[in-house]
Amino acid sequence: METTATQPGLSFNRQDDDSLVVRLTGAWTLNEGSPSAREIAKQVESNPQIRRIAFDTQDLTDWDSSLLTFLLQVGEACSRHDTVLDEEGLPRGARRLLVLAAEVPEREGARKEETRAGVFTRIGLGAIEATGSIRETLSFLGEATLALGRFLTGKASFRRSDLTLIIQECGAQALPIVSLISLLVGMILAFLGAIQLKLFGAEIYVADLVGIGMLRMMSPIMTGIIMAGRTGAAFAAQLGTMQTNEEIDALQTMGVSPMEFLVLPRMVALILMMPLLCVYADLVGILGGMVVGVGMGHISLPAYWTETRGAVTLTHFWIGIFQGIVFGVLVALSGCLRGIQCGRSASAVGDATTSAVVTGIVSIIVATAIITFVCNVLGI
Amino acid sequence: MTEPEERTDAKIEIRDLTMAYGDFVVMRDLDFSIRPGEVFVIMGGSGCGKSTLMRHMIGLKAPAKGRILYAGVSFWEADPDQRTRLMRRFGVLYQSGALWSSMTLAENVALPLQQYTDLGPEAIRELVSLKLALVGLAGFEDYFPAEISGGMCKRAGLARAMALDPDILFFDEPSAGLDPISARLLDDLILELRESLGTTIVVVTHELASIFTIADNAVFLDTDTKTQIALGDPRILRTESPDPKVRRFLNRGEDGAKAE
Repeated sequence: METTATQPGLSFNRQDDDSLVVRLTGAWTLNEGSPSAREIAKQVESNPQIRRIAFDTQDLTDWDSSLLTFLLQVGEACSRHDTVLDEEGLPRGARRLLVLAAEVPEREGARKEETRAGVFTRIGLGAIEATGSIRETLSFLGEATLALGRFLTGKASFRRSDLTLIIQECGAQALPIVSLISLLVGMILAFLGAIQLKLFGAEIYVADLVGIGMLRMMSPIMTGIIMAGRTGAAFAAQLGTMQTNEEIDALQTMGVSPMEFLVLPRMVALILMMPLLCVYADLVGILGGMVVGVGMGHISLPAYWTETRGAVTLTHFWIGIFQGIVFGVLVALSGCLRGIQCGRSASAVGDATTSAVVTGIVSIIVATAIITFVCNVLGI
Repeated sequence: MTEPEERTDAKIEIRDLTMAYGDFVVMRDLDFSIRPGEVFVIMGGSGCGKSTLMRHMIGLKAPAKGRILYAGVSFWEADPDQRTRLMRRFGVLYQSGALWSSMTLAENVALPLQQYTDLGPEAIRELVSLKLALVGLAGFEDYFPAEISGGMCKRAGLARAMALDPDILFFDEPSAGLDPISARLLDDLILELRESLGTTIVVVTHELASIFTIADNAVFLDTDTKTQIALGDPRILRTESPDPKVRRFLNRGEDGAKAE
């Protein structure tokens, strides 16, 4: 590499009164940064007697696109003031590229107009978009329900091997992370409880706190969130990629309903696996609580066990399981919905995945709030 | 090949079709017929709506206006059962092959057979092997789409499209992304299918070599006027189309008009 590149330079000479000779020197490259064309525009504007601009490029050592953009700007200034741009002195390559750039006129309407819509227009457009997406979501829910109905009556067409594979992916393969998270959550609950309950000398109630807290609330929520991040995202990415790759179109033209073939097995697998994972998370969480309660709270193991058995009732258990099933449905639906809605590009698949996780987690929390409220009203 | 058009025996008729995405009109006033056993090419510059027209014809997108008739039955006005019956008689080869990536080639080809026939697994396996052998992929039954080349994916897609012995085969850019020899082989295969099975074939393409090899009849879609500007045998249109745009397209930018 030669490093003799000199700074790009620009100077003008008036000649014959009506023409301006622009002298370009040095290397006009993108790396060097080139002078602005504003100087020339100013010259042209302030001296209306200039009718012609010529170039002197004797000392121009090197040039690239930066020279071309400069020339285009000069050209624009010239055409504004009816000044002639004399390209004679320019390098031959640059002249040819200028001709090429001007060859195809700008297509009318091709440039995207930067319009700032008014507040009301934007609200209106937003509302139209919102109703569209609500309608889409509702029709997806309706179709999913119908597909589930056909599954229950044994009429749905999907591959059994797909179902078992998905069950394995979202069931057995999720066990390690569910174990880790619920063990830690159980321990955290116990720590938190032990410190507070110690003030009243009621440390034994740590067992109640952990037992009820895990069964009723923490294990379904934590499992749901894990599944949203793990499985919901995977569903969206799988279906989104299939959409991008025209695989879903291929199913449709084959007369196979993507709803039954793709969404149904995923939904069924999660509905079956979520309650099982919840039961597992309950057990691991109680174990975690027990480790902390016995180890730190100085409660004897049999006492902790008896207390847990006394506190934990079937009602708590069933409420937890019910929530688990609801979250399974929500995670599967949000994953599949975003996957099916996915556009046809790589970034759209990324958006679909993000959106699936966000929708999944938000709907889990909202559903928890509703279920808790209803249980409260019903007194269970 | 170009006897006068008889509307009554047309396999596919496009009548006064307007295609749009929301408010944006892609093409309007499309009107042409495709005769049985014909290789019909939909041509035009990039982005003119050729593939969109195919998506309308195979039932993936509803027209904004107009009708698409299959043997006189209007596709978009038919009830869902009838529509499914019509769709069962199509085979579609997508641009990328669109093989289902979680299934092997054999499973891909077998799915439509399992879906629509009462054949036993043994019979299906034999049929699948036959279809794969027809496209030159004998022995690749247990490969996944990701394990084979793009050209092979396309041929496997064709095997899948042919699985149910369709009356009409649609090809979306069959030679896109193929080397000249594979593209030529695919063209030969298209002609062979027409000769041996009498399949009506609709091809979306802008590949001139391919157009002149296979097309009996063609429609030219134009982006500027947003409608069809030529209809007929491309070998004749090449020199005799009244529209210079069509002549330029078919002669790679040269005018090509016969000197008077």
